[in-house]
Amino acid sequence: MIIDTENLRATELRLGLPGADEEAPAPAAPAPDRPARGCKRLMTETGSEESGSKIEISEDDRAPEARVASKAQVVGWPPIRANRKNVFQGRKAEAEAAGGGGGIYVKVSMDGAPYLRKIDLKLYKSYEQLREALEDMFKCFTSGDFSSVTVGGGGSNYAVAYEDKDGDWMLVGDVPWRMFMSSCKRLRIMRGSEAKGLSPNS
Amino acid sequence: MLEYGDGDGDGDGDGDEDKRWSLDLAGTPQLISNSESTLIDRPPPFSDQVLENVLENVLCFLTSCSDRNAASLVCKSWFNAEAQSRLELFIGNCYAISPARAIFRFPRIRSLMLKGKPRFADFNLVPLGWGASFSPWVAAMASAYPWLQRICLKRMTVTDADLALVACSFPSFRDLCLICCDGFTTAGLAAIAENCRCLHSLDLIENDVEDDEDEVVDWISRFPPGKTCLESLVFDCVRFSVNFEALEALVARSPSLWRLRVNEHVSVGFLCRLMAWAPQLTDLGTGSFSSFEEDGFRDLAPEYLRAIYPVCANLISLNFSYAQITAEQLKPVIASCHNLQILWILDSVRDEGLQMVAATCKKLRELRVFPLDATEDSEGSVSDIGLTAISEGCQKLQSILYFCQSMTNEAVVAMSKNCQDLVVFRLCIMGRHRPDHLTGEPMDEGFGAIVKNCKKLTRLAVSGLLTDKAFAYIGNYGKSVRTLSVAFAGNSDLGLRYVLEGCPKLQKLEIRDSPFGDAGLLSGIHHYYNMRFLWMSSCKISLKGCKEVARRLPLMGLEVITDSLEDDNNGVVEKLYMYRSLVGPRNDAPPFVKLL
Repeated sequence: MIIDTENLRATELRLGLPGADEEAPAPAAPAPDRPARGCKRLMTETGSEESGSKIEISEDDRAPEARVASKAQVVGWPPIRANRKNVFQGRKAEAEAAGGGGGIYVKVSMDGAPYLRKIDLKLYKSYEQLREALEDMFKCFTSGDFSSVTVGGGGSNYAVAYEDKDGDWMLVGDVPWRMFMSSCKRLRIMRGSEAKGLSPNS
Repeated sequence: MLEYGDGDGDGDGDGDEDKRWSLDLAGTPQLISNSESTLIDRPPPFSDQVLENVLENVLCFLTSCSDRNAASLVCKSWFNAEAQSRLELFIGNCYAISPARAIFRFPRIRSLMLKGKPRFADFNLVPLGWGASFSPWVAAMASAYPWLQRICLKRMTVTDADLALVACSFPSFRDLCLICCDGFTTAGLAAIAENCRCLHSLDLIENDVEDDEDEVVDWISRFPPGKTCLESLVFDCVRFSVNFEALEALVARSPSLWRLRVNEHVSVGFLCRLMAWAPQLTDLGTGSFSSFEEDGFRDLAPEYLRAIYPVCANLISLNFSYAQITAEQLKPVIASCHNLQILWILDSVRDEGLQMVAATCKKLRELRVFPLDATEDSEGSVSDIGLTAISEGCQKLQSILYFCQSMTNEAVVAMSKNCQDLVVFRLCIMGRHRPDHLTGEPMDEGFGAIVKNCKKLTRLAVSGLLTDKAFAYIGNYGKSVRTLSVAFAGNSDLGLRYVLEGCPKLQKLEIRDSPFGDAGLLSGIHHYYNMRFLWMSSCKISLKGCKEVARRLPLMGLEVITDSLEDDNNGVVEKLYMYRSLVGPRNDAPPFVKLL
């Protein structure tokens, strides 16, 4: 990710007085920490406020290591010429782009939750990781676990299903991960009782 | 061949100073040999003429600037003879002298080196348009120096029109070297390629070449047909892809070419093709392999690393500073580089990689470790461990530039004891104000040990948490220090005073973000005429203090640079650039520069 520090600094939210310069003369103490940038949540409300309307929230789904440093960058520090810095920032961008043209984003809905989520399947390497991420994402709506994601059976509160390329709803966990990644169009977290209809054993 | 050598050992490719200053009887600073006017007033008698002719023939054997400067001070005869016979002119600050005066004193120059902007311009601390334009120089030289052969410019603004004038004005022109310059495009390069019929070297190093994508000129194709005299072609900073066929054809018809450094658009595969045309190449950059002085590797894939194993034993110089390789990848290469003297590397190799370097490269003279992630909070890849290993394994080290996140005094002290030949020590702890990460102490003792133990040290850059004590050490022991770089360091004016009072050889001082004020600034008045420049930014100096210096030192040029056109931040000076000058305030200062 190319970090345009000049412009980012102008838009950055800070806890200092406006105009407080990042080039402050050096006190003996370390420079004050600034709030983390790059972890913004953008909330856009679509549609009316009737119950059942879906509000989409998208989160910055960058991997942690891509997040911007928490300290504001000072002009000209560290003392590296811009062309040298740009070589590596350029490569970072290339690598991320080459890593698959921006990720596989699918919508995730959960029965009873007021809004959808979107996740990038590329961030996960296994069903286990996906399960954890979904639990994390939706835990505010539920106290259950999503163990059905891997086991694909009854006895749990929730099951995760996906809509495949043919438009069919399938229980997550049956096919190899990579095949799942390429065929999954959207995800739905449904109550265990409803999932029985999808179970291969029913 | 124009070598960007390092005449005075301070690591910045300079020769020595070219001026001597003293106080005359009235206490007014004078350039000692300020007697150009007598050259035409009073023609010397016959015997003096003979003496001068003899002298000229003897003096032509003096090549170093400082020797020539010394010779010019002996007496008027010697002054004249030296001036008539000087062939290489080095001007460390383009505003210290005017083109007209330089040309008047030295009428027979064949080779010019000219430096412009202060070094901190590299880090965006000098606004665009500040100055250092090459145009007035080339305009004056076009008629005055018809036999000019070489031009080397550093941190100057050079336009395409300037390059075109160079190309057309000097029939014997052979070497052009541009370092950290800006203002020109591929059109200017085309003019040089096309019109300089005996071009031996075109070396473009870390310049900002300013084309728009759709205006790029195919300058490689503009070299004339037929055999060329090209010995060196360096263009890794030209960001645009070049005409591969034309490049190949050029290399094929350049039998004297020994250095070729191409940009990242030339694939490694294509580089192999170039090599096939030019087996005599000894210095190849960007891509793979080969030969005795290897430089400029970028984007190395492991399989190409393997290709250079056979020549490692002969390598003297290796530039991996754009190659993001790991210690594992480095291992087989470096293990054979027993003759390596110069190594530029990325910290992606980590301490482990540096340990490998230390184990093999016993002849290492110069090491530069650049950061892959140049931010303050990045995970440190190299540390005191790597530095210590290098100090133990490479005891002939003369020059080091080391970027890290944190350091210990112990490691720096170890280096000061193990590497007694150190001339250049530049440690950049990227975390500002960072103390010794083991003891929590400031880094004073480490840098103190460096100035104390390394008797040959002429260039020093400090960083990390530093108190005035560090500067006391520098003032006390740094008797040979000529260049000092300070950032985010010190407690009070005392720090600056220690340095200005203690370092008699100090010539270049650049300071940023340190709490030095007017008292510190004024403590150097006795010495500023001996210096090439002083830079202070984001310190605590005021307009009042600067004006006081200007008043007491009329031959100093003082520039107060502001980032905006707003008047005065309450008299606080954000950026001061100060330099001695024989020609008074410059007439090309932009609005954001205030000349005192």
